[in-house]
Amino acid sequence: MAYVALADRGQILSHPHSFITKYIWSQDHKVIAIQYGITAISVGVVALVLSAMMRLQLGFPDTFSLIAPDEYYQFVTMHGMIMVIYLLTALFLGGFGNYLIPLMIGARDMVFPYLNMLSYWVYLLSVIILMASFFVVGGPTGAGWTLYPPQAILFGTPGAEWGILLMLISLAVFIVAFTMGGLNYVTTVLQARTRGMTLMRMPLSVWGIFTATVLGLLAFPALLVSAIMMTLDRLLGTSFFMPAIVSMGEQTNYGGGSPVLFQHLFWFFGHPEVYIVALPAFGIVSDLLSTHARKNIFGYRMMVWAIILIGGLSFIVWAHHMYVSGMNPYFGFFFATTTLIIAVPTAIKVYNWVLTLWRGNIHLRVPMLFAIGFIFTFVHGGLTGIFLGNVVVDLPLSDTYFVVAHFHMVMGVSPILVVFGAIYHWYPKITGRMFNETMGKFHFWLTFLGTYSIYLPMHYLGFLGVPRRYYAYEGIEFIPESALQLNSGITIAALFVAVVQILFFVNMIWSLFYGKKAEGNPWGATTLEWQTPQTPPIHGNWGDELPEVHRWAYDYSVPGEAIDFIPQNVPANDNPEAHRT
Amino acid sequence: MSDNAITDTLQPDGFVGIVEDWSADKQAFQVPWGKAMMWIFLLSDTFIFSCFLTSYMNVRMSTTVPWPNPSEVFALTILGNHIPLVLIAIMTFILISSSGTMAMAVNFGYRKNRKATALLMVATALFGASFVGMQAFEWTKLIVEEGVRPWGNPMGAAQFGSCFFMITGFHGLHVSAGVIYLSIITFKVNRGDYDRSNNYEAVEIAGLYWHFVDLVWVFIFAFFYLW
Repeated sequence: MAYVALADRGQILSHPHSFITKYIWSQDHKVIAIQYGITAISVGVVALVLSAMMRLQLGFPDTFSLIAPDEYYQFVTMHGMIMVIYLLTALFLGGFGNYLIPLMIGARDMVFPYLNMLSYWVYLLSVIILMASFFVVGGPTGAGWTLYPPQAILFGTPGAEWGILLMLISLAVFIVAFTMGGLNYVTTVLQARTRGMTLMRMPLSVWGIFTATVLGLLAFPALLVSAIMMTLDRLLGTSFFMPAIVSMGEQTNYGGGSPVLFQHLFWFFGHPEVYIVALPAFGIVSDLLSTHARKNIFGYRMMVWAIILIGGLSFIVWAHHMYVSGMNPYFGFFFATTTLIIAVPTAIKVYNWVLTLWRGNIHLRVPMLFAIGFIFTFVHGGLTGIFLGNVVVDLPLSDTYFVVAHFHMVMGVSPILVVFGAIYHWYPKITGRMFNETMGKFHFWLTFLGTYSIYLPMHYLGFLGVPRRYYAYEGIEFIPESALQLNSGITIAALFVAVVQILFFVNMIWSLFYGKKAEGNPWGATTLEWQTPQTPPIHGNWGDELPEVHRWAYDYSVPGEAIDFIPQNVPANDNPEAHRT
Repeated sequence: MSDNAITDTLQPDGFVGIVEDWSADKQAFQVPWGKAMMWIFLLSDTFIFSCFLTSYMNVRMSTTVPWPNPSEVFALTILGNHIPLVLIAIMTFILISSSGTMAMAVNFGYRKNRKATALLMVATALFGASFVGMQAFEWTKLIVEEGVRPWGNPMGAAQFGSCFFMITGFHGLHVSAGVIYLSIITFKVNRGDYDRSNNYEAVEIAGLYWHFVDLVWVFIFAFFYLW
C-alpha cells in the first residue's frame, strides 16, 4: 500500500462553467473565502450599529431615548457575540484561512472542497438564525455574551422567550460549520503541502491560522456541550445549571444544578477563543511587518514555537475569568500563575516584531501602518491583561470599565487592525486592482487615534469603579460628574470611528471598479500566493505544475542579491546568506 | 503487503521517524488525507464526550438529593430472576462484537475480498442497529415503567435522568449515524467502487469512526452504569 502524497499526484481539474457553480455553490476555496468574508463583515456592521446605539445611550442619557434598558442588555449581548464569533472567528478562519492556506502552501484547493462549501452555507444558516432573534417575540437574548445561567434562561431576562433558544441553536449550528471548515484547514496544512514546503518553511500566517483552528476544534466542543445542556434546561426543565431558585416570587421546579459548571465549560471554550482570534492576527501581522520592512522576520523558529506554546497554554488558564465566581482560592493561585506564564511567549512575539522593524527598510504603506498600529494596541491591551490576571488586582477591577477597555484593546481593536491591514495587503491579489492609498491612510489614522480616544479613558473609568453593563449612571454617589462627561466624550469618539469606516467601504468598492490594475506581486513579497500565474488566481491556483519550494518565506534583502526579495519557489543559488530554514 | 516490507526498511523508526515525518515536505503523516481528517475529527469528538462526562460527574456531586443506584434502575426481571445490568451487558457485548466484525471487514478489504468485506460490514451495521433498538427498549422501559423523565424521577436526583437521556441519546445518535455511514460504504463496496479504484481505504476510515463510537460506549458504561 505505497501511498502517494497529494503533491505528487497528477490532478485532473474539472473547472466549473455556469455562474452558479462558479460564484454561488462554489467549491473554490477563494470564492468560499470571499463569501465568508462578506457575510462576516456584514454581520459585523450590524454589531457596530448596535454599539453606536449603546454609546448614544451611555453618553447622552437625557438627550436620546433610542433604547430602553431591556434593549440595552440585548444589544450588549448581541454586539459581543457577533463580534467575537460571527465576525472575528469566521473572518480569520473562514475568510483568511480559506483564501491563504491553499495558496500559501502551494495546493490547488482544500483537501475536501465540497465539505468546505457546506461549511460556508451552514455558517450562513447560523447567522440567519441569530439575526432572526431580532424579530421574534421578546427579541434577542439579553443575558450578556457569556450567557451565564441561571439568569440567562429565567423569565425577566430580556429574550428569555425565544432569543436565548435561537442564540444557543445558532451557536450549535456555527460549531458544526466551523468543524467542517476546521477539519479541512488542519488536514490541508498537514497533508497537502507542495514539494519543498516543510512545516518550518510555512509563512507565519499559515502557522497562526493552523494553530488557531486546532484550538477551535478542541475548544468549541465545550461550547457545544454547554449550549446543549442549557437548551435542555430551558426546554425540558432539566437542572444541569439551575439550582433551586425563586423567580418572580415563585419557587421554580429547578434544583440541584451547578451554575459554576456552565462558567467552567464556557470559559474552557472562551479563553482559547481569545487566541483563536489572536493567533491568526499574530501570524498575519508577522508577514505584513516582514514584507513591508523588507527584512526577514526576527526569530522565525521562536515565533512558531511561541504560537504553539500560547495555543497549548490557552487551555489551562480559563478560570482567570472566574476569580469572583466563588472558586476555591487555591484555584485562583494556579490560574493566575499559568495566565502570567502566557505573557512570556507573547512578549517574545512582540520583541520579535519590533526587532523585525529595527533597521528595516520600512515602507509606510497602508498595510504596514495597520501592522504597526497593532503592535501599539496589542502591547497596551496585553499589559492591562497582566493587571487582570492577578487575583488581588482583578478583584476590585472586575466588572468595571477597566475590563471593557482591556478586552476591547486586546481582542477587539488589535485583531480588527490586523483584519484591515490584511485586507489592504491582499486586496491586489484578491481583486486584481490597487486600492486608493490616500484614502487608506486617512482610514488608518482616524481609526487608530479614534479607537485610542475611546478605550484609553475607559481605563480611568474602571479605576473609578464605574461598573460595566449598566444602562444609566445617574444618582450613583461614588461616580463623579466628570465621569459622566468623560462618557459623553467616549461616545463622540466612538461615533466618529464608526462613521470613519465608511472610508474603508468606499475605498474597497470604488477600487474594485476604478482602481489601478495590480501587478501579480505589487509589494515584492516572497510567499507563494504572490507567485501565481494569474492575478487574481484562477480555479486550481497554479498552472500545470505545482510550484516547488526551495527556501523559507522570509528571504528579504539578502546580501549579494540584485533584488531585495527572493520568492520561495526560486531555486537555490550559491549565496550562503539565502534560503536559511 | 510486500510493498510495506520495502518501505518499512526505508523509514527510520521511533522518535527519529516522527521527527523526519514532521520536518518533511508534502505531508506530516504517511496516510491518505481522508484518514488524517477522520483522526482529527475524532479528536474533536473526544472533547465533546469528555465535556459531557465531566459535566455529568460535576452535577452528580453538586446535586443535593441522593443519586439512584444504577444497578437497581437498570435491572431486568427475566423468568422471575432479578438480574442487575443485564440489558446493558448484552448491549455492550454486541457493540464490542461489532468492533470485531468491523476489524475483520477492514482486513478483508485490504485483501481486496469484496464479498467478505461487504458481508462483514453488513453484520457490523446490523449489530449497530440492534444496539440502537435495545437502547430504544431501555428508554421506553425507563420512561413508561419506571417513570424516569429528563426533569425528574421517583428514585432520586433529577440529574440522573437528565444525564442519562442526554449522554446515551448523544451516543445513540452517533451509533445511528454510524449505521447509515456503514450502509453507504457497504453499498459502494458491493457495487465494486473500491475494486475499480483498487483502494479500500474508505472501509478503514469508516472503521475508525466505528471503533471510536465503541470506545466511547465503554467509558459511558464505566462512568454511568458501573459507578
